Amino acid sequence: MSWVNAIIQGILTGGLYALFACGLSLLFGVMRVVNLAHGDLATVAAYVGIGIIAVTHVPFLWSIPIVVAIMAVVGYVLQRSLLQAAITRGELTTLIVTFGLSIVIENGLLQFFTANNRGIGVGSSLISSSFSIGSGLQIAWLDVAIFGLAVVVLLGLQYFLSASKYGRLIRAVADDREAAQLSGANYQHVFGICAALAFATVALAGIAYGMTTVVSPTTGTDTILLFAFAAVVIGGLGSLWGTLVGGIVLGVSQQIGAQINISYELLAGYIVFLVVLVIRPQGLTARRSQT
Amino acid sequence: MSTSAAGVPEQQRAPLLDVRNLIVHHGQLRALSGVSLQVFPGEVYAIIGANGAGKSTLLRTIAGLHYPTEGQILYDGRDVTRVRPDKRATAGMAMVPEGRRLFPSLTLEENLKVGATFARSGPWTFERVYDLFPWMKERRGQKTAQMSGGEQQAVAIGRALVANPRMLLLDELSLGLAPVIVQRIYGMLPEILSSGVTVLLVEQDVSQALRVATHLQCLLEGHSTLEGRPADVTAEQVEAAYFGMGGHHAATAGAAENIAVEGSEA
Repeated sequence: MSWVNAIIQGILTGGLYALFACGLSLLFGVMRVVNLAHGDLATVAAYVGIGIIAVTHVPFLWSIPIVVAIMAVVGYVLQRSLLQAAITRGELTTLIVTFGLSIVIENGLLQFFTANNRGIGVGSSLISSSFSIGSGLQIAWLDVAIFGLAVVVLLGLQYFLSASKYGRLIRAVADDREAAQLSGANYQHVFGICAALAFATVALAGIAYGMTTVVSPTTGTDTILLFAFAAVVIGGLGSLWGTLVGGIVLGVSQQIGAQINISYELLAGYIVFLVVLVIRPQGLTARRSQT
Repeated sequence: MSTSAAGVPEQQRAPLLDVRNLIVHHGQLRALSGVSLQVFPGEVYAIIGANGAGKSTLLRTIAGLHYPTEGQILYDGRDVTRVRPDKRATAGMAMVPEGRRLFPSLTLEENLKVGATFARSGPWTFERVYDLFPWMKERRGQKTAQMSGGEQQAVAIGRALVANPRMLLLDELSLGLAPVIVQRIYGMLPEILSSGVTVLLVEQDVSQALRVATHLQCLLEGHSTLEGRPADVTAEQVEAAYFGMGGHHAATAGAAENIAVEGSEA
Protein backbone atom coordinates (compact mmCIF):
# COMPACT_ATOMS: atom_id res chain seq x y z
CA MET A 1 0.00 0.00 0.00
CA SER A 2 2.85 2.37 0.73
CA TRP A 3 4.07 1.93 -2.87
CA VAL A 4 0.67 2.90 -4.23
CA ASN A 5 0.77 5.85 -1.91
CA ALA A 6 4.19 6.83 -3.22
CA ILE A 7 2.99 6.73 -6.80
CA ILE A 8 -0.16 8.74 -6.11
CA GLN A 9 1.77 11.34 -4.13
CA GLY A 10 4.34 11.44 -6.91
CA ILE A 11 1.70 12.06 -9.57
CA LEU A 12 0.14 14.85 -7.54
CA THR A 13 3.55 16.45 -6.94
CA GLY A 14 4.08 16.20 -10.68
CA GLY A 15 1.33 18.78 -11.12
CA LEU A 16 3.32 21.25 -9.03
CA TYR A 17 6.45 20.48 -11.04
CA ALA A 18 4.53 21.04 -14.26
CA LEU A 19 3.58 24.47 -12.93
CA PHE A 20 7.26 25.11 -12.25
CA ALA A 21 8.22 23.96 -15.70
CA CYS A 22 5.67 25.37 -18.16
CA GLY A 23 6.89 28.96 -17.88
CA LEU A 24 10.47 27.88 -18.42
CA SER A 25 9.41 25.82 -21.40
CA LEU A 26 7.40 28.68 -22.89
CA LEU A 27 10.24 31.19 -22.65
CA PHE A 28 12.67 28.74 -24.17
CA GLY A 29 10.30 27.54 -26.88
CA VAL A 30 9.41 31.00 -28.12
CA MET A 31 12.37 33.25 -27.35
CA ARG A 32 15.20 30.74 -26.90
CA VAL A 33 15.78 32.26 -23.48
CA VAL A 34 16.96 29.87 -20.78
CA ASN A 35 15.73 31.82 -17.81
CA LEU A 36 18.05 31.00 -14.92
CA ALA A 37 16.09 33.42 -12.72
CA HIS A 38 12.93 31.36 -13.27
CA GLY A 39 12.95 29.78 -9.82
CA ASP A 40 13.78 33.03 -8.07
CA LEU A 41 10.89 34.77 -9.79
CA ALA A 42 8.59 32.05 -8.44
CA THR A 43 10.01 32.71 -4.98
CA VAL A 44 9.40 36.43 -5.45
CA ALA A 45 5.79 35.62 -6.33
CA ALA A 46 5.46 33.58 -3.13
CA TYR A 47 6.88 36.44 -1.06
CA VAL A 48 4.63 38.96 -2.78
CA GLY A 49 1.70 36.72 -1.87
CA ILE A 50 2.89 36.46 1.73
CA GLY A 51 3.32 40.24 1.82
CA ILE A 52 -0.12 40.96 0.39
CA ILE A 53 -1.80 38.64 2.88
CA ALA A 54 0.19 40.10 5.79
CA VAL A 55 -0.52 43.73 4.88
CA THR A 56 -4.09 43.64 3.57
CA HIS A 57 -5.37 40.56 5.45
CA VAL A 58 -7.21 39.36 2.36
CA PRO A 59 -8.00 35.65 2.29
CA PHE A 60 -5.18 33.73 0.64
CA LEU A 61 -7.32 32.82 -2.37
CA TRP A 62 -7.80 36.50 -3.16
CA SER A 63 -4.08 37.07 -3.16
CA ILE A 64 -3.61 34.64 -6.07
CA PRO A 65 -5.11 36.76 -8.89
CA ILE A 66 -3.37 39.85 -7.52
CA VAL A 67 0.05 38.17 -7.53
CA VAL A 68 -0.57 36.66 -10.96
CA ALA A 69 -1.48 40.08 -12.37
CA ILE A 70 1.56 41.73 -10.78
CA MET A 71 3.92 39.06 -12.09
CA ALA A 72 2.43 39.23 -15.58
CA VAL A 73 3.12 42.97 -15.69
CA VAL A 74 6.63 42.38 -14.31
CA GLY A 75 7.14 39.77 -17.02
CA TYR A 76 6.09 42.11 -19.81
CA VAL A 77 8.26 44.97 -18.54
CA LEU A 78 11.28 42.76 -17.88
CA GLN A 79 10.99 41.25 -21.35
CA ARG A 80 10.72 44.58 -23.14
CA SER A 81 13.68 46.00 -21.22
CA LEU A 82 16.35 43.71 -19.79
CA LEU A 83 15.61 40.42 -21.56
CA GLN A 84 15.07 42.02 -24.97
CA ALA A 85 18.37 43.85 -24.64
CA ALA A 86 20.02 40.52 -23.84
CA ILE A 87 18.30 38.70 -26.72
CA THR A 88 19.53 41.33 -29.16
CA ARG A 89 23.08 40.63 -28.02
CA GLY A 90 22.90 36.86 -28.41
CA GLU A 91 21.81 33.68 -26.67
CA LEU A 92 24.80 33.50 -24.35
CA THR A 93 24.05 36.98 -23.09
CA THR A 94 20.56 35.89 -22.02
CA LEU A 95 22.16 33.17 -19.87
CA ILE A 96 24.50 35.65 -18.19
CA VAL A 97 21.79 38.26 -17.71
CA THR A 98 19.27 35.85 -16.18
CA PHE A 99 22.02 34.37 -14.00
CA GLY A 100 22.81 37.87 -12.77
CA LEU A 101 19.12 38.56 -12.26
CA SER A 102 18.90 35.39 -10.18
CA ILE A 103 21.73 36.55 -7.89
CA VAL A 104 20.23 40.02 -7.53
CA ILE A 105 16.81 38.61 -6.63
CA GLU A 106 18.18 36.12 -4.08
CA ASN A 107 20.23 38.74 -2.30
CA GLY A 108 17.41 41.24 -2.45
CA LEU A 109 15.09 38.71 -0.81
CA LEU A 110 17.72 37.97 1.84
CA GLN A 111 17.99 41.67 2.56
CA PHE A 112 14.26 42.28 2.89
CA PHE A 113 12.90 39.01 4.23
CA THR A 114 15.95 37.51 6.03
CA ALA A 115 16.94 33.89 5.54
CA ASN A 116 13.99 32.57 7.57
CA ASN A 117 11.56 30.14 6.01
CA ARG A 118 8.06 31.40 5.39
CA GLY A 119 4.93 29.75 4.13
CA ILE A 120 1.58 30.93 2.83
CA GLY A 121 -0.98 30.03 5.48
CA VAL A 122 -3.96 28.40 3.86
CA GLY A 123 -5.92 28.56 7.10
CA SER A 124 -8.19 25.79 8.23
CA SER A 125 -10.47 25.27 5.31
CA LEU A 126 -11.39 22.26 3.22
CA ILE A 127 -8.21 22.74 1.27
CA SER A 128 -5.98 22.26 4.31
CA SER A 129 -7.58 18.93 5.17
CA SER A 130 -7.07 15.58 3.61
CA PHE A 131 -9.07 12.50 2.80
CA SER A 132 -8.15 8.87 2.99
CA ILE A 133 -8.72 5.98 0.66
CA GLY A 134 -8.57 2.58 2.30
CA SER A 135 -6.21 2.29 5.21
CA GLY A 136 -2.79 3.70 4.37
CA LEU A 137 -3.68 6.33 1.78
CA GLN A 138 -3.81 9.93 2.94
CA ILE A 139 -4.30 12.48 0.21
CA ALA A 140 -4.24 16.22 0.88
CA TRP A 141 -6.90 18.28 -0.84
CA LEU A 142 -4.28 20.94 -1.41
CA ASP A 143 -2.18 18.58 -3.53
CA VAL A 144 -5.25 17.60 -5.55
CA ALA A 145 -6.14 21.27 -6.00
CA ILE A 146 -2.63 22.12 -7.23
CA PHE A 147 -2.64 19.20 -9.65
CA GLY A 148 -6.01 20.37 -10.94
CA LEU A 149 -4.66 23.91 -11.25
CA ALA A 150 -1.71 22.66 -13.29
CA VAL A 151 -4.01 20.83 -15.69
CA VAL A 152 -6.25 23.88 -16.02
CA VAL A 153 -3.22 26.12 -16.64
CA LEU A 154 -1.88 23.81 -19.34
CA LEU A 155 -5.30 23.53 -20.98
CA GLY A 156 -5.64 27.29 -20.85
CA LEU A 157 -2.20 27.85 -22.34
CA GLN A 158 -2.86 25.36 -25.08
CA TYR A 159 -6.18 26.97 -25.92
CA PHE A 160 -4.63 30.42 -25.92
CA LEU A 161 -1.74 29.36 -28.15
CA SER A 162 -3.87 27.47 -30.64
CA ALA A 163 -7.01 29.57 -30.85
CA SER A 164 -6.30 33.19 -29.99
CA LYS A 165 -4.83 35.89 -32.19
CA TYR A 166 -1.84 36.51 -29.96
CA GLY A 167 -1.32 32.80 -29.39
CA ARG A 168 -1.03 32.36 -33.13
CA LEU A 169 1.38 35.28 -33.32
CA ILE A 170 3.48 33.77 -30.52
CA ARG A 171 3.79 30.55 -32.51
CA ALA A 172 4.52 32.47 -35.70
CA VAL A 173 7.25 34.52 -34.04
CA ALA A 174 8.71 31.35 -32.52
CA ASP A 175 8.82 29.81 -36.02
CA ASP A 176 10.24 32.75 -37.94
CA ARG A 177 10.70 36.13 -36.34
CA GLU A 178 11.53 37.95 -39.58
CA ALA A 179 8.59 36.55 -41.49
CA ALA A 180 6.30 37.58 -38.64
CA GLN A 181 7.67 41.11 -38.84
CA LEU A 182 6.96 41.16 -42.56
CA SER A 183 3.35 40.35 -41.68
CA GLY A 184 3.23 43.43 -39.48
CA ALA A 185 3.83 41.85 -36.09
CA ASN A 186 5.97 43.77 -33.62
CA TYR A 187 7.86 40.74 -32.38
CA GLN A 188 9.10 42.49 -29.25
CA HIS A 189 5.52 43.11 -28.16
CA VAL A 190 4.66 39.48 -28.93
CA PHE A 191 7.65 38.40 -26.84
CA GLY A 192 6.40 40.65 -24.06
CA ILE A 193 2.98 39.01 -24.09
CA CYS A 194 4.58 35.59 -24.07
CA ALA A 195 6.73 36.60 -21.09
CA ALA A 196 3.67 37.96 -19.29
CA LEU A 197 2.01 34.60 -19.80
CA ALA A 198 5.07 32.69 -18.60
CA PHE A 199 5.43 34.90 -15.53
CA ALA A 200 1.76 34.41 -14.69
CA THR A 201 2.40 30.67 -14.53
CA VAL A 202 5.55 31.35 -12.52
CA ALA A 203 3.42 33.27 -10.03
CA LEU A 204 1.05 30.33 -9.66
CA ALA A 205 4.02 28.00 -9.23
CA GLY A 206 5.50 30.17 -6.50
CA ILE A 207 2.24 30.51 -4.61
CA ALA A 208 1.48 26.81 -4.90
CA TYR A 209 4.92 25.99 -3.59
CA GLY A 210 4.53 28.49 -0.74
CA MET A 211 1.25 26.82 0.23
CA THR A 212 2.50 23.23 0.19
CA THR A 213 5.71 23.96 2.06
CA VAL A 214 7.86 26.94 2.95
CA VAL A 215 10.03 29.25 0.89
CA SER A 216 13.32 30.90 1.70
CA PRO A 217 15.32 33.29 -0.49
CA THR A 218 17.37 30.44 -1.95
CA THR A 219 14.44 28.11 -2.70
CA GLY A 220 14.29 29.44 -6.25
CA THR A 221 17.58 28.03 -7.45
CA ASP A 222 17.87 25.19 -4.91
CA THR A 223 14.58 23.61 -5.71
CA ILE A 224 12.22 25.24 -8.17
CA LEU A 225 14.67 25.94 -11.01
CA LEU A 226 16.27 22.49 -10.79
CA PHE A 227 12.95 20.65 -10.69
CA ALA A 228 11.65 22.80 -13.53
CA PHE A 229 14.68 21.97 -15.64
CA ALA A 230 14.41 18.28 -14.86
CA ALA A 231 10.69 18.23 -15.71
CA VAL A 232 11.24 20.12 -18.97
CA VAL A 233 14.08 17.86 -20.08
CA ILE A 234 12.30 14.63 -19.13
CA GLY A 235 9.10 15.72 -20.82
CA GLY A 236 10.70 17.22 -23.91
CA LEU A 237 11.85 20.76 -24.61
CA GLY A 238 9.22 23.14 -25.85
CA SER A 239 6.29 20.79 -25.36
CA LEU A 240 3.57 22.02 -23.00
CA TRP A 241 2.04 18.69 -22.07
CA GLY A 242 5.55 17.31 -21.89
CA THR A 243 6.06 19.43 -18.80
CA LEU A 244 3.21 17.58 -17.08
CA VAL A 245 4.56 14.19 -18.17
CA GLY A 246 8.04 15.24 -17.07
CA GLY A 247 6.73 16.60 -13.79
CA ILE A 248 4.84 13.39 -13.04
CA VAL A 249 7.82 11.17 -13.93
CA LEU A 250 10.05 13.32 -11.72
CA GLY A 251 7.53 13.34 -8.86
CA VAL A 252 6.94 9.59 -8.97
CA SER A 253 10.69 8.86 -9.16
CA GLN A 254 11.31 11.03 -6.14
CA GLN A 255 8.55 9.41 -4.11
CA ILE A 256 9.70 5.91 -5.03
CA GLY A 257 13.26 6.87 -4.13
CA ALA A 258 12.05 8.20 -0.81
CA GLN A 259 10.13 4.98 -0.24
CA ILE A 260 13.33 2.99 -0.59
CA ASN A 261 15.29 5.32 1.62
CA ILE A 262 14.21 8.80 2.61
CA SER A 263 17.62 10.21 1.65
CA TYR A 264 17.22 8.93 -1.91
CA GLU A 265 14.34 11.24 -2.74
CA LEU A 266 16.29 13.84 -4.73
CA LEU A 267 18.86 11.36 -5.97
CA ALA A 268 16.21 9.15 -7.58
CA GLY A 269 14.72 12.13 -9.41
CA TYR A 270 18.05 13.17 -10.87
CA ILE A 271 19.00 9.62 -11.83
CA VAL A 272 15.82 9.35 -13.89
CA PHE A 273 16.59 12.78 -15.34
CA LEU A 274 20.07 11.62 -16.40
CA VAL A 275 18.79 8.32 -17.75
CA VAL A 276 16.26 10.16 -19.91
CA LEU A 277 19.00 12.50 -21.14
CA VAL A 278 21.11 9.53 -22.19
CA ILE A 279 18.42 7.29 -23.66
CA ARG A 280 15.92 9.82 -25.00
CA PRO A 281 17.56 13.24 -25.11
CA GLN A 282 14.62 14.72 -26.99
CA GLY A 283 12.36 13.93 -24.02
CA LEU A 284 9.53 11.47 -23.51
CA THR A 285 6.89 13.36 -25.48
CA ALA A 286 9.18 13.87 -28.42
CA ARG A 287 7.38 15.98 -30.94
CA ARG A 288 9.78 18.16 -32.81
CA SER A 289 9.29 21.91 -33.21
CA GLN A 290 6.22 22.04 -31.01
CA THR A 291 5.70 24.94 -28.68
CA MET B 1 -5.88 53.20 -57.19
CA SER B 2 -8.15 52.23 -54.37
CA THR B 3 -6.43 54.51 -51.89
CA SER B 4 -5.52 58.06 -52.65
CA ALA B 5 -5.24 58.73 -48.94
CA ALA B 6 -4.15 62.33 -49.05
CA GLY B 7 -6.46 63.05 -51.94
CA VAL B 8 -3.67 64.76 -53.84
CA PRO B 9 -4.54 65.02 -57.53
CA GLU B 10 -0.99 64.39 -58.73
CA GLN B 11 -0.89 61.14 -56.70
CA GLN B 12 -0.67 59.21 -59.96
CA ARG B 13 2.55 60.92 -60.91
CA ALA B 14 4.25 60.64 -57.54
CA PRO B 15 6.28 57.47 -57.00
CA LEU B 16 4.90 55.04 -54.42
CA LEU B 17 8.43 54.00 -53.60
CA ASP B 18 11.43 56.26 -54.01
CA VAL B 19 14.81 54.77 -53.15
CA ARG B 20 17.67 57.23 -53.22
CA ASN B 21 21.31 56.32 -53.43
CA LEU B 22 21.16 53.32 -51.12
CA ILE B 23 24.42 52.03 -49.65
CA VAL B 24 24.15 48.84 -47.58
CA HIS B 25 26.88 46.90 -45.83
CA HIS B 26 26.92 43.35 -44.52
CA GLY B 27 29.56 43.80 -41.88
CA GLN B 28 32.67 44.95 -43.76
CA LEU B 29 31.28 43.96 -47.09
CA ARG B 30 29.52 46.52 -49.22
CA ALA B 31 26.51 44.80 -50.76
CA LEU B 32 24.92 47.84 -52.40
CA SER B 33 26.80 50.90 -53.60
CA GLY B 34 24.41 53.68 -54.31
CA VAL B 35 21.31 52.16 -55.90
CA SER B 36 18.33 54.35 -56.71
CA LEU B 37 14.92 53.47 -58.07
CA GLN B 38 11.44 54.89 -58.37
CA VAL B 39 8.36 52.69 -58.51
CA PHE B 40 5.12 54.31 -59.65
CA PRO B 41 1.65 53.03 -58.74
CA GLY B 42 0.50 50.17 -60.93
CA GLU B 43 3.96 49.29 -62.15
CA VAL B 44 5.73 45.95 -62.15
CA TYR B 45 9.31 46.89 -61.43
CA ALA B 46 11.82 44.09 -61.85
CA ILE B 47 15.31 43.98 -60.38
CA ILE B 48 17.45 41.48 -62.24
CA GLY B 49 21.03 40.42 -61.74
CA ALA B 50 23.28 37.46 -61.16
CA ASN B 51 23.61 35.61 -57.88
CA GLY B 52 25.07 37.95 -55.28
CA ALA B 53 24.45 41.15 -57.22
CA GLY B 54 22.67 42.61 -54.21
CA LYS B 55 19.09 42.14 -55.39
CA SER B 56 17.81 40.45 -52.28
CA THR B 57 19.71 42.87 -50.06
CA LEU B 58 17.98 45.73 -51.87
CA LEU B 59 14.55 44.21 -51.35
CA ARG B 60 15.24 43.33 -47.72
CA THR B 61 16.45 46.87 -47.07
CA ILE B 62 13.29 48.28 -48.63
CA ALA B 63 11.23 45.96 -46.38
CA GLY B 64 13.24 47.11 -43.34
CA LEU B 65 15.09 43.90 -42.52
CA HIS B 66 18.41 45.69 -43.10
CA TYR B 67 19.16 49.30 -42.40
CA PRO B 68 21.26 51.14 -44.97
CA THR B 69 24.55 52.83 -44.16
CA GLU B 70 23.57 55.72 -46.40
CA GLY B 71 20.69 56.74 -48.59
CA GLN B 72 16.97 57.21 -48.21
CA ILE B 73 13.82 55.18 -48.70
CA LEU B 74 10.61 57.12 -49.24
CA TYR B 75 7.34 55.22 -49.25
CA ASP B 76 4.26 57.10 -50.31
CA GLY B 77 6.21 60.33 -49.83
CA ARG B 78 7.21 59.48 -46.27
CA ASP B 79 10.78 58.79 -45.19
CA VAL B 80 10.81 55.21 -43.85
CA THR B 81 14.58 54.67 -43.92
CA ARG B 82 14.74 53.99 -40.16
CA VAL B 83 11.23 52.62 -39.69
CA ARG B 84 10.81 49.09 -38.28
CA PRO B 85 9.78 46.38 -40.77
CA ASP B 86 6.47 45.67 -39.03
CA LYS B 87 5.50 49.36 -39.26
CA ARG B 88 6.29 49.31 -42.98
CA ALA B 89 4.14 46.20 -43.32
CA THR B 90 1.16 47.82 -41.63
CA ALA B 91 1.65 50.85 -43.87
CA GLY B 92 0.96 48.60 -46.84
CA MET B 93 4.27 47.04 -47.83
CA ALA B 94 4.08 43.26 -47.98
CA MET B 95 6.97 41.02 -48.86
CA VAL B 96 7.14 37.45 -50.08
CA PRO B 97 10.61 36.63 -48.80
CA GLU B 98 13.18 34.48 -50.51
CA GLY B 99 12.71 30.84 -49.61
CA ARG B 100 9.00 31.40 -48.76
CA ARG B 101 9.63 31.59 -45.02
CA LEU B 102 6.25 30.19 -44.00
CA PHE B 103 5.50 29.33 -40.39
CA PRO B 104 6.09 25.56 -40.47
CA SER B 105 4.26 24.68 -37.26
CA LEU B 106 1.16 26.56 -38.38
CA THR B 107 -1.48 25.31 -40.78
CA LEU B 108 -2.06 26.90 -44.17
CA GLU B 109 -5.04 28.83 -42.87
CA GLU B 110 -3.16 29.95 -39.77
CA ASN B 111 -0.36 31.24 -42.01
CA LEU B 112 -2.94 33.33 -43.84
CA LYS B 113 -4.46 34.45 -40.56
CA VAL B 114 -1.09 35.74 -39.37
CA GLY B 115 -0.80 37.63 -42.64
CA ALA B 116 -4.26 39.11 -42.10
CA THR B 117 -3.77 40.03 -38.43
CA PHE B 118 -2.58 43.55 -39.16
CA ALA B 119 -4.22 43.84 -42.56
CA ARG B 120 -5.41 47.06 -44.09
CA SER B 121 -8.90 47.03 -45.51
CA GLY B 122 -9.04 46.11 -49.15
CA PRO B 123 -10.17 43.64 -51.76
CA TRP B 124 -8.13 40.63 -50.64
CA THR B 125 -10.07 38.23 -48.47
CA PHE B 126 -9.37 34.58 -47.71
CA GLU B 127 -12.10 33.70 -50.20
CA ARG B 128 -10.39 35.65 -52.95
CA VAL B 129 -7.07 33.97 -52.22
CA TYR B 130 -8.84 30.59 -52.30
CA ASP B 131 -10.35 31.60 -55.67
CA LEU B 132 -6.86 32.42 -56.93
CA PHE B 133 -5.47 29.10 -55.68
CA PRO B 134 -8.46 26.74 -55.58
CA TRP B 135 -6.52 23.79 -54.11
CA MET B 136 -5.93 25.74 -50.90
CA LYS B 137 -9.49 25.59 -49.63
CA GLU B 138 -9.46 21.84 -49.09
CA ARG B 139 -5.99 21.78 -47.61
CA ARG B 140 -6.22 24.83 -45.39
CA GLY B 141 -5.96 22.66 -42.25
CA GLN B 142 -2.64 21.14 -43.29
CA LYS B 143 0.75 22.13 -41.99
CA THR B 144 2.67 23.92 -44.74
CA ALA B 145 5.86 21.98 -44.06
CA GLN B 146 4.41 18.98 -45.92
CA MET B 147 3.60 20.97 -49.05
CA SER B 148 5.56 21.19 -52.28
CA GLY B 149 7.75 24.18 -53.09
CA GLY B 150 5.24 25.62 -55.51
CA GLU B 151 2.39 25.23 -53.05
CA GLN B 152 4.44 26.87 -50.32
CA GLN B 153 5.21 29.75 -52.66
CA ALA B 154 1.50 30.15 -53.32
CA VAL B 155 0.80 30.22 -49.58
CA ALA B 156 3.53 32.83 -49.10
CA ILE B 157 1.91 34.96 -51.81
CA GLY B 158 -1.50 34.45 -50.23
CA ARG B 159 -0.13 35.44 -46.82
CA ALA B 160 1.18 38.68 -48.31
CA LEU B 161 -2.02 39.40 -50.25
CA VAL B 162 -4.44 39.06 -47.34
CA ALA B 163 -2.60 41.98 -45.72
CA ASN B 164 -4.03 44.03 -48.61
CA PRO B 165 -0.75 45.67 -49.51
CA ARG B 166 -0.33 48.67 -51.75
CA MET B 167 3.14 47.49 -52.60
CA LEU B 168 4.08 43.85 -52.99
CA LEU B 169 7.76 42.90 -52.78
CA LEU B 170 8.48 39.53 -54.39
CA ASP B 171 11.89 38.02 -53.73
CA GLU B 172 13.01 35.30 -56.17
CA LEU B 173 9.65 33.65 -56.75
CA SER B 174 11.21 31.19 -59.19
CA LEU B 175 13.94 29.96 -56.85
CA GLY B 176 13.96 26.18 -56.57
CA LEU B 177 10.74 25.73 -58.54
CA ALA B 178 10.12 23.80 -61.74
CA PRO B 179 9.60 26.04 -64.81
CA VAL B 180 5.97 24.93 -65.15
CA ILE B 181 5.26 25.99 -61.59
CA VAL B 182 7.07 29.29 -62.11
CA GLN B 183 4.87 29.96 -65.15
CA ARG B 184 1.77 29.18 -63.15
CA ILE B 185 2.78 31.44 -60.27
CA TYR B 186 3.61 34.34 -62.56
CA GLY B 187 0.33 33.69 -64.31
CA MET B 188 -1.38 35.03 -61.19
CA LEU B 189 0.30 38.41 -61.55
CA PRO B 190 -2.34 40.09 -63.79
CA GLU B 191 -5.06 39.25 -61.27
CA ILE B 192 -2.94 40.65 -58.45
CA LEU B 193 -2.18 43.81 -60.43
CA SER B 194 -5.82 44.33 -61.33
CA SER B 195 -6.60 44.67 -57.63
CA GLY B 196 -4.45 47.80 -57.58
CA VAL B 197 -1.26 46.40 -56.11
CA THR B 198 2.10 47.75 -57.23
CA VAL B 199 4.80 45.12 -57.58
CA LEU B 200 8.55 45.29 -57.06
CA LEU B 201 10.17 41.97 -57.79
CA VAL B 202 13.62 40.49 -57.74
CA GLU B 203 14.29 37.76 -60.24
CA GLN B 204 17.29 35.78 -61.33
CA ASP B 205 15.37 34.38 -64.29
CA VAL B 206 15.80 37.28 -66.73
CA SER B 207 13.41 36.09 -69.42
CA GLN B 208 10.67 35.65 -66.82
CA ALA B 209 11.32 39.13 -65.47
CA LEU B 210 11.31 40.71 -68.94
CA ARG B 211 7.99 39.04 -69.69
CA VAL B 212 6.13 40.62 -66.77
CA ALA B 213 7.98 43.87 -66.03
CA THR B 214 6.96 47.36 -67.03
CA HIS B 215 10.29 48.68 -65.82
CA LEU B 216 13.57 46.97 -65.01
CA GLN B 217 16.89 47.60 -63.40
CA CYS B 218 19.93 45.35 -63.54
CA LEU B 219 22.36 45.10 -60.66
CA LEU B 220 25.95 43.89 -60.80
CA GLU B 221 28.05 43.69 -57.65
CA GLY B 222 25.91 46.23 -55.89
CA HIS B 223 25.89 48.76 -58.74
CA SER B 224 23.13 49.57 -61.16
CA THR B 225 24.24 48.63 -64.67
CA LEU B 226 21.05 49.10 -66.65
CA GLU B 227 17.70 50.75 -66.18
CA GLY B 228 14.76 51.19 -68.45
CA ARG B 229 11.57 49.76 -69.90
CA PRO B 230 11.89 46.25 -71.34
CA ALA B 231 10.82 47.54 -74.76
CA ASP B 232 13.66 50.06 -74.79
CA VAL B 233 16.54 47.74 -74.00
CA THR B 234 18.13 45.17 -76.28
CA ALA B 235 19.05 41.62 -75.36
CA GLU B 236 22.72 42.54 -75.81
CA GLN B 237 22.42 45.41 -73.37
CA VAL B 238 20.77 43.15 -70.80
CA GLU B 239 23.44 40.52 -71.26
CA ALA B 240 26.23 43.04 -70.89
CA ALA B 241 24.62 44.55 -67.80
CA TYR B 242 23.93 41.14 -66.28
CA PHE B 243 27.43 39.70 -66.68
CA GLY B 244 29.48 42.90 -66.72
CA MET B 245 31.44 44.24 -69.66
CA GLY B 246 34.73 42.87 -70.94
CA GLY B 247 36.62 39.85 -69.71
CA HIS B 248 36.22 40.15 -65.95
CA HIS B 249 33.99 37.12 -65.75
CA ALA B 250 36.22 35.04 -63.52
CA ALA B 251 36.87 37.88 -61.07
CA THR B 252 33.21 38.86 -61.10
CA ALA B 253 32.04 35.36 -60.34
CA GLY B 254 34.44 35.16 -57.42
CA ALA B 255 33.30 38.44 -55.91
CA ALA B 256 29.68 37.55 -56.47
CA GLU B 257 30.12 34.33 -54.59
CA ASN B 258 31.62 36.20 -51.68
CA ILE B 259 28.68 38.52 -51.51
CA ALA B 260 26.28 35.62 -51.76
CA VAL B 261 27.88 33.87 -48.79
CA GLU B 262 27.86 37.03 -46.70
CA GLY B 263 24.30 37.75 -47.74
CA SER B 264 22.94 34.37 -46.82
CA GLU B 265 24.47 34.65 -43.37
CA ALA B 266 22.89 37.96 -42.59
